Amino acid sequence: MKYMNKSLEELHKMLKNGEVTSEELIKESLELSHEVQEKYNAFVTILDDAKGTKITDNILSGIPCGIKDNYSTRGVLSTGSSNTLKDYVPFFDATAYAKLKSAGAIMVNKTVMDEFGMGGTGTTGHTGIVLNPWDKTRMCAGSSAGSACAVAAGVYPYATGSDTGDSIRKPAAYCGIVGYKPTYGMISRYGLFPFASSLDHLGVLTRSVKDAAIVVDNMKGIDKYDMTSWDSSKIHLADSLTGNVKGKKLCYIKEICDINEYENPSEELKEHFNNFFKAIDKCKKLGMEVEEVSINRTLLNALASVYVVISCAEATSNMSNLTGIIFGPRGEGKTWDEQTKDYRTKGFSSLIKRRFVIGSYVLQAKNQERYFRNAQRVRRLLVDAWKDLFKKYDAVILPVGSGPAKHFEGDNDMLSKETVTLEEHLQVGNFGGFPSITIPDGFINGLPVALNITGNCYDDENVLNIAYALENAMDYKGQIAKEVK
Amino acid sequence: MGYIAMIGLEMHCEGSETNSKVFSSARNSYSTTPNENIRPIDMGFPGVLPVVNKKCVENALMVSMVLNCKQPEYMYFERKNYYYPDMPKNYQITQETKPIPVGIYGYVDYECNGEEKRVRINNLHLEEDAASSDHLYDTTVIDYNRAGNPLFELVTEPDFRSADEAVAFLEHMRSVYQYLGVSEADTRKGHIRCDVNVSIMDESLDPEEPSNWGTKVEVKNVNSFGGVRDAINYEIKRQTKLKEEGTYDEMPQQTRRWDEDSQSTIFMRSKIDAVDYKYFVEPNIPKYKLTKEWLDEIRASIPELAYDRKKRYMNDYGLSEYDSNILVKEKKISDFFEETVKLGTDPKEACNWVNGMILSYLNYHMITIDEIYMTPDMLRDLIKLIDDKTISSKQGKDVFAKVLEEKKEPLEVVKDEGMMQIVDESAIEDVVDEVLAENPKAIETYDPENPKALDFFIGQVMKKTRGKANPGIAYKMMKEKLDNMKK
Repeated sequence: MKYMNKSLEELHKMLKNGEVTSEELIKESLELSHEVQEKYNAFVTILDDAKGTKITDNILSGIPCGIKDNYSTRGVLSTGSSNTLKDYVPFFDATAYAKLKSAGAIMVNKTVMDEFGMGGTGTTGHTGIVLNPWDKTRMCAGSSAGSACAVAAGVYPYATGSDTGDSIRKPAAYCGIVGYKPTYGMISRYGLFPFASSLDHLGVLTRSVKDAAIVVDNMKGIDKYDMTSWDSSKIHLADSLTGNVKGKKLCYIKEICDINEYENPSEELKEHFNNFFKAIDKCKKLGMEVEEVSINRTLLNALASVYVVISCAEATSNMSNLTGIIFGPRGEGKTWDEQTKDYRTKGFSSLIKRRFVIGSYVLQAKNQERYFRNAQRVRRLLVDAWKDLFKKYDAVILPVGSGPAKHFEGDNDMLSKETVTLEEHLQVGNFGGFPSITIPDGFINGLPVALNITGNCYDDENVLNIAYALENAMDYKGQIAKEVK
Repeated sequence: MGYIAMIGLEMHCEGSETNSKVFSSARNSYSTTPNENIRPIDMGFPGVLPVVNKKCVENALMVSMVLNCKQPEYMYFERKNYYYPDMPKNYQITQETKPIPVGIYGYVDYECNGEEKRVRINNLHLEEDAASSDHLYDTTVIDYNRAGNPLFELVTEPDFRSADEAVAFLEHMRSVYQYLGVSEADTRKGHIRCDVNVSIMDESLDPEEPSNWGTKVEVKNVNSFGGVRDAINYEIKRQTKLKEEGTYDEMPQQTRRWDEDSQSTIFMRSKIDAVDYKYFVEPNIPKYKLTKEWLDEIRASIPELAYDRKKRYMNDYGLSEYDSNILVKEKKISDFFEETVKLGTDPKEACNWVNGMILSYLNYHMITIDEIYMTPDMLRDLIKLIDDKTISSKQGKDVFAKVLEEKKEPLEVVKDEGMMQIVDESAIEDVVDEVLAENPKAIETYDPENPKALDFFIGQVMKKTRGKANPGIAYKMMKEKLDNMKK
C-alpha cells in the first residue's frame, strides 16, 4: 500500500505536485478492493473500469472512494444489499453522490450493508457477511459494514454511509475509524434508499476528523428534491477545525458511564470505560470542562423500544414500493398481488420481515395510540432531555457500545438488558437529528474501541472541532486495521 | 310509512390547473399518450421524495375558504398505506382530520330547483391522485400520467335529502372550481369522481339525531353526475325495499360500487372488512406554518364567483335572471361573453348571440367554447356589421355559419359573399332615379295611400343592386320621390 493509507490532504498535495496520478490511485484502490473482497467480503460491486478525473482545487478530485450500496448511482448496480433489488440499476444519482462526483471524487466500489440498512451486524446483506478487518471472527457492526471495513483496511480514505440508528457510528467504532453523520437534512436524502425517513441520515466513514469534514463539505447542501434539506452554505466544516477548544463544555451521562450502574461488569467493559475516562482527562487537559449529568433512567430504558417502533413503522411503509412490478425481479403468480407476495416472500430476509410485522402492528388503528404515538411522545421527551443538556454544554460525550466488535457466534441483534442503553444511546442522535461523530479512543486486546461526541442541531462545526482536538490529543488518527489473529 | 334519505358526498376534483403535479415536478396535464408526464417519484423508484407544490396548497386553501371552512395553523400531510397497482409507492400522501387538513367544518349554500339550500362540509383535503388503469379482456394496463396529480377531496355531512339536491350541489361545486381557476372540472376528462353515502330513516324520527340515520351504505367510484343521481335513486329504492321486506336491520354497514352497465350498485365489502390504512404523518414533508399574511393574500385573490357575476349581469347589464343563469353556468362561456362586452359590444346583443347561436352550435356539435372557431373579437365584428346595417340580421346568421364553416373572419365572409349592403345614399339615389326614369307607366298608377304600391319600385331597385341596397334607405328615398311627383 503506497497511497491509500494517506489522508485526503496528503493525496491532494501529491496529485497537485504530480507525484502521483489519479489513475495510479485508482489502480491501487482497485487492487486493494479485490484483496479486501477476498478477505472480508466488503463489496457488492467493484468498478474495474473506474477512470481518473482532472485534478482541480477540490481536495476530493481524482481520489477514489466507496459508496454504500443504498445510494442510487446512475448506471451502476445499487442493491441496498437486498435480493429484492439484486439487479436494480438506477437511472438517476442520489444528490449526495452527484455532488461528490462533481467534486471529482471517483467511486471504485459499492459497499455491502445490512439489507436496506436494517441491521447492526453486517451479516444480513444478500452477498453474505462482512468480516472485521481487525479480527475475521468478529463483525464490523452495521449497517455500513462494507464502508467501515474498506476504510479501516485502507482501500481508500473514505466511504459514504447512512445512519438511521447508529449505522455509521457503530461500525466506525468497531473498525477503529471515524464515523460522522451531520445534522438531519444537511445532506439531501434524495436517491438514498429509505429505511425510516425521519431518522435517516447520510454521512461518511474516514480515518480522521479532518477527512470527514472535507467529505461532508462536498456532500451537503440544500436540495430542491428534499424538503427536509436546509441551506448550510454558511457552514464550512473543514475550515472550522482550529483545534482550539478552550472553555468548551462537555458532559457525560452517569446512568450510562458509571461502572457502578452495572451489576457484574465484564473486564472488557471496565477497560472500555477506562479508555473513555482517559479520553475525558485529555479533554480536560485541552482546556474543556467536563461534567457528569444525570438523565431519568426510565426515559433511557425506553430508548431502544422507541427506536424499534418508529423505525419499523416508517420502514414498512417506505418499502411498500418494493413489489417487483415496476423494478426488481418479477415474482411468480397469476395476479399482481400474488406476484408481489411471491417477490417479497422470497426477496426479503427474515429479519426484515420481522421488522415489517412489528411496523404494521404498531401502526394499526387499534394499536397506534399505544405504540406508535407513545413512541413519538417518548422520542420528543428524549430529544428535549438532550436539548436541555445542549443549553449548558457544547456536546455530550459517551462511550460507543460495550466494548470492541462482537463475535459472529453467539452474538445476534438481540440485546442484553444490562447494556442496552450503552449499546443504543447513539439513536438519540437520530431522534433529534443531532450532529454526531465517533472517533477511536483506544484498544482492548488489540481491538479498537471508540467514543462518540454529539451536539445540538446545526452546531456541526463545534462538534467536529471538539472531536478534532481530542483526536489530535490521542494516537489513533489515520490507523489502518491490523489483523490480531 | 315514508322514509327520509340521508345522503352525503365525497367529491374528488382533480386540480388540473397547475403546471406540475402536487408532490412531483412532472407536468400536470391531460394527455392521451400514456406515461408521458412522469418522473421517478410517480413510479415509486427507491429514494424518491415528495416536494409540495405550493400552488396546489394555495389553490386548496382558496377552495377551503370558499367552503367557509376553518384553515389549519400548520400544514401536515399523512400517509395512507395500502397496496394497489395504480399506486407504485403503495401509500398515498393525503390528509386526515387529525391533524386538521386544508379545511374543516364549513358549509356551502347552493340552489336546487329555485330553492336555497345549505350543506355542511366536514372537511376538505389535498391529496395525490393514483394512476389510471384500463381493464381489458384478460389484462390491465396502467397509465401513470395521472399518478400524483393534485386532488381536492371534500366530504359533506349527510345533509342531502334527494338525488336532485346532491346533483345540484355537485353542479354548484363544479362552477366554484371553474371560477376559482383551480380545475377545469371536466367530467369527460375524469376530473370529478364521487363516492356517495346513502341511508334511509323513518320519516317520524328526528333527523338531527345521528343514531336515527340508519345504516350507512357507501357507493364508490361514481364518475358522472348522471351516475350520482342514478346511484342515489337506486339505493333509496333498494333500501326502501329492504325496509318493507323487514330485512333492513340485517343489512351490514357496507361499501358498494356503481355499475354503469347494469345500472345498479354491487356489494364490495362490509364494514368489518374495511381496510386499515395505518395513517401516519408523512415524514418527508416538514410541517409548516400557514402565516396570516399568506392566508390574507389568498383570500384577497378569490375571484368573483358565478353567483356574484349573475347579480352583476342583472343589475349592471339589465339582463334577465334566466339569461344571466345560462351565461354564468360555465365559466368559460361567461368569460367569452364578458370579453365580447369588454370589446365594446352591447351586453344584451352579446347575450343574445352567446346564449342563442353560440350555445346551440356548441350543443349541436358537442364541443366546448375553447374549441369553437369564433372568438369574442369576431362576435364583436359580426354584431357591429349588423348594427351599422352593413348586413341584415338575417344575413348575420348566415355569416355566423360561414365563419365557423370556412374558418374566416366575419368581414371576410361578408366581402366574399357579396353581402355588403349599399348604404351610400347617393349611390342608392342613382339607382332610384334610374328605376323612376324607366317606369313612367307605373308612376302613373302609383297610389300613395296604398302601402303595397311601393313594392314594385323597391323590387326594381333590389334587382338592379342584386339585393345589396339597404332596404330602409331605398324605401324612404323612393317614397319621398314618388310622393313628391304625385303632389
